[in-house]
Amino acid sequence: MSEEFKIEIISPDQSVYSGKTEEAVLPCFEGQVTVLKDHIPLITFLRPGIIEIEGSEKFYVEDGTVEFSDNNLLILSATVQSLKKIKTQEIGSMLREAEQMLSKNQVSDKQRYILNYKIETLKQIN
Amino acid sequence: MPSLDDLKKRIKSVKSTQKITKAMKMVAAAKLKKAQESAEKGRPYSEKLQNIILNLTKSISDESNAPKLLAGNGKDKVYLCVVITADRGLCGGFNSNICKLAKKHFKNILKEGKELKIITVGSKGHDQIKTEYSKYIIDKKSFKDKKQISFKEANEIGTKVIELYEQEQFDKCFIFYNNFKNVITQIPQAEQIIPTFIKKDEKTKDHIFSYDFEPDEDEILDDLLPKNVSVQIFKAFLENAASEQGSRMTAMDNATRNAGDLVDKLTINYNRSRQASITKELIEIISGAESL
Repeated sequence: MSEEFKIEIISPDQSVYSGKTEEAVLPCFEGQVTVLKDHIPLITFLRPGIIEIEGSEKFYVEDGTVEFSDNNLLILSATVQSLKKIKTQEIGSMLREAEQMLSKNQVSDKQRYILNYKIETLKQIN
Repeated sequence: MPSLDDLKKRIKSVKSTQKITKAMKMVAAAKLKKAQESAEKGRPYSEKLQNIILNLTKSISDESNAPKLLAGNGKDKVYLCVVITADRGLCGGFNSNICKLAKKHFKNILKEGKELKIITVGSKGHDQIKTEYSKYIIDKKSFKDKKQISFKEANEIGTKVIELYEQEQFDKCFIFYNNFKNVITQIPQAEQIIPTFIKKDEKTKDHIFSYDFEPDEDEILDDLLPKNVSVQIFKAFLENAASEQGSRMTAMDNATRNAGDLVDKLTINYNRSRQASITKELIEIISGAESL
């Protein structure tokens, strides 16, 4: 029996990715989650990080919502970008922006948490 | 009876107008295709998001404890209306249809003794609404200089609306836009976005999964609901953009046809008066010759 499940990544403008895979790693808000076939139904949201689809592309995301049910993995995100298409200059400017935000005093704990992950991820791909 | 010269001038001017409307129709047709595509691409996102929220709300047992964006703040006094129109005219009844619907709602709201606040998006709507309701308008937005409206602009408005809601500036929020059905039909629509209003679909009832929530329902809802507001606004933008081009295309098509009819009529008129003058001259010559 095939161990594949359907995966779909949608941004408000278009459907970014749609296909089948055996394994996907998601940067969920409370830690990384690996989804395999027949995972229990799950709803959660993402922090900045990288979505890894086994045997296919990698995507950078800043936020998003994930639903897994009936062997359909659905990722909704307004900030998703394929790692292949993302430009080095862009990463640099995003990194600077994030660091600037972090250096301000009035960031909440939650924002700080998100920004730290953003910086870490951006450095990783850079 | 206008002189021959006048008729000639009129025919020329109508013809050049026809050229313009024809060109505008072509441009609108090209833009329509693009706008229609992005409207169709944008639909799954908002639909799926609504679905997730629906699934989430089903698992909330204690409704009184639900987030304010979902359940409302319990009051029903101040209404915020976001009227989304185009920045350009010459698109038939597009802008007036939205404004007409919006004004009907405004009247009802005021009649019930409730407070009204308006945000207009797009300069054409602002022009039409300010004549009667200028004192209620709290903000106006226009994206005239933007070539294509992206999610960023929608998010900007969404964030502002939520900010106002958190400051308890209003209790309920509606958006007005044109829903794109096809090229000829666009339906002006009023939609409630705060508190989030989700159509309960009976068919989906069988598919209740017992979801695993991480971190928990409330936190996910806190994250999702503000997003949903922006997404709904973005959807309205996309539908509106497609409707605007569709409406402009039909309007310009009609205008071109009317101009064609007018040119035909004027040409017949022109020829008739040309022949009349020739006949008149001939009669004069003949009767002059006879009298000799």
